[in-house]
Amino acid sequence: MSTVTTTPADDRVGTRSAASTVLARPEVGALIGAIAVAALFFAVAPAFRSVGNVGTILYGSSTIGIMAVVVALLMIGGEFDLSAGVAVTTSGLTAAHTAWYFGLNVWAGVGVALLMSLAIGAFNGWLLHKTGLPSFLVTLGTFFVLQGVNLAMTRVIAGGVSSNSLNDLDGFDSAKAVFASSLTLGPVEVKIPVIYWFLLTVVAAVLLLRSRYGNWIFAVGGDSAAARAVGVPVVVTKIALFMGVGFGAWLLGMHLLFEYNNLQSGQGVGNEFIYIIAAVIGGCLLTGGYGSIVGAAVGALIFGMTQLGITYAGWNPDWFKTFLGVMLISSVLVNMYVKRKAEGR
Amino acid sequence: MSTVEETVAPTGDRPVLELENCGKSYGNVHALRGVNINVRQGEVTCVLGDNGAGKSTLIKIISGLHEYTEGSMKVNGVVRQFNSPRVAQAMGIATVYQDLALAPLMAVWRNFFLGNEVRKGPFLDIPTMKRVAGEELTKMGIEIPDLDRPVGSLSGGQRQVIAIARAIYFGAKVIILDEPTAALGVKQSGVVLKYIVKARDAGLGVIFITHNPHHAYLVGNHFIILKLGRVALDAHRDELTLEQLTGEMAGGQELDELSHELAGADPGKVVEGHEVERGAVFDREPAAAPDHEERQ
Ligand SMILES: Nc1ncnc2c1ncn2[C@@H]1O[C@H](COP(=O)(O)OP(=O)(O)OP(=O)(O)O)[C@@H](O)[C@H]1O
Ligand SMILES: [Mg+2]
Repeated sequence: MSTVTTTPADDRVGTRSAASTVLARPEVGALIGAIAVAALFFAVAPAFRSVGNVGTILYGSSTIGIMAVVVALLMIGGEFDLSAGVAVTTSGLTAAHTAWYFGLNVWAGVGVALLMSLAIGAFNGWLLHKTGLPSFLVTLGTFFVLQGVNLAMTRVIAGGVSSNSLNDLDGFDSAKAVFASSLTLGPVEVKIPVIYWFLLTVVAAVLLLRSRYGNWIFAVGGDSAAARAVGVPVVVTKIALFMGVGFGAWLLGMHLLFEYNNLQSGQGVGNEFIYIIAAVIGGCLLTGGYGSIVGAAVGALIFGMTQLGITYAGWNPDWFKTFLGVMLISSVLVNMYVKRKAEGR
Repeated sequence: MSTVEETVAPTGDRPVLELENCGKSYGNVHALRGVNINVRQGEVTCVLGDNGAGKSTLIKIISGLHEYTEGSMKVNGVVRQFNSPRVAQAMGIATVYQDLALAPLMAVWRNFFLGNEVRKGPFLDIPTMKRVAGEELTKMGIEIPDLDRPVGSLSGGQRQVIAIARAIYFGAKVIILDEPTAALGVKQSGVVLKYIVKARDAGLGVIFITHNPHHAYLVGNHFIILKLGRVALDAHRDELTLEQLTGEMAGGQELDELSHELAGADPGKVVEGHEVERGAVFDREPAAAPDHEERQ
């Protein structure tokens, strides 16, 4: 017996043209923005055109991009992390202080820092779940706590505002090779965080679009009550997202530590907004449930290009922040416009 | 299909779900009190009642969204307290919630499989999921040409059909439908009712919540009327006619009163349009108070 009801095909919904399907993707606004920024600096800054500077631009972008990617995942999952900027410094300082204070192999410090960063992420997620407060508030609290801890512990252990140099300790060279080396690809010198940024982008994008967990991220960000009702483990998903931000903070923190050999305890404050802006330029909605990892990576690239482009063009770098603000607003407007066009509304 | 850990067939005529003196309070609101209900597989249990009677609360306990605060619930004879819908689903209980529980920005096929994703190795098996979602929706009588469209851009009825098709596809032991036909057209309502019967014939337990006694009587084996959080009637189909059911639902004597009140109102009468001062309608003619029933 068959109760299959056949319906005449609905002819009201025309198939969308390939162009509008592409334009409806969340990262389109960021791509348009990236091309515009590149074109601008290509025209006005001769140094921008030199192939050798590609590595520098990519490097600048990667120090934002590593965090922008994990922050974008979190935002698609519907949450913010205002502690992301200082968490990078906390991770680096944890490694430096642990290794230096106990005279350990540097890798022990690196390991402790990883645990610390993941624990901070888990704590943020857990606190969010327990209190039911918005993540904006919870992580604002963590932001201040970590900022204070960074300053105080550095004062106690290193007696100042800068961590002690680690280059006499065992394992320093191998750690530097892993986190802060560079390789040459033809005429371009590529620093290793660029590779990590690229890998992280690919892994996160595949995770988001092709895995079950990615489906859960979209769902908890779009409507967490609905997600729970159909059996998505909402709390676990969100805690894992915060831990992902912790992982990014660790990776970037280790790079900065081994690149410069020490860290300033006040570093990182304010960067959380740069990560969020990169994610938003990349098409993430502030309300969650929508966005793109590739878009966030392109958002970080826009930052990198702007930062260096301004210098290369010989403009006063004081204008950087102003430029950012304009970029942010225009990219959001472009995103909205493109989306509306593509959806034909 | 869904991952079912314990689809133990009930021994003999043992109900798959037994609620004993079950109750639920939201703070000081006792939404449900002393409820005794048995749900059997191969039967359609209809739950009826006024707005706010506690129907949704009842099914939220069974589907694991809320934990009960009094009494006990047995599934296959074992006392259970579900602390999340995931647990209930793992036991083969699938639910269509009154508010549908769909993520508006997600594609149709992603919503359909949310929480029950089909995987090939570590990755989603997207072609299979799209195909199955398309087939199941077509069976329910709606055609959604582009399964990548976000659910939020569909009509209310289309969304409802997605939620129903999902529950019917994944329900392995018990299917709960909370007012599934509320937003549906005549044809789609008919399809849903047919599916309820089909699910029963396949040996599932169906809990069907509705405000429409005609729909309930078309498919129900067993009727429960809730009133102010308590069971006011629990009867088998043999013990009840449609008229009695309708009467019981409207509260019998309340219906008499209503027809008395509306006796003077000539339904065929048409008056000329006027503009009226705010709040003046009820003051002027209390007998012609408009009928408050939202659903037929
Ligand atoms: N989360 C909650 N917090 C407090 N009270 C609640 C909550 N949910 C429901 N209630 C109360 O519990 C009672 C029963 O609500 P419920 O949603 O179960 O009614 P219902 O029978 O499903 O009504 P309807 O036909 O309108 O869907 C109502 O008085 C309602 O106000
Ligand atoms: Mg209800």
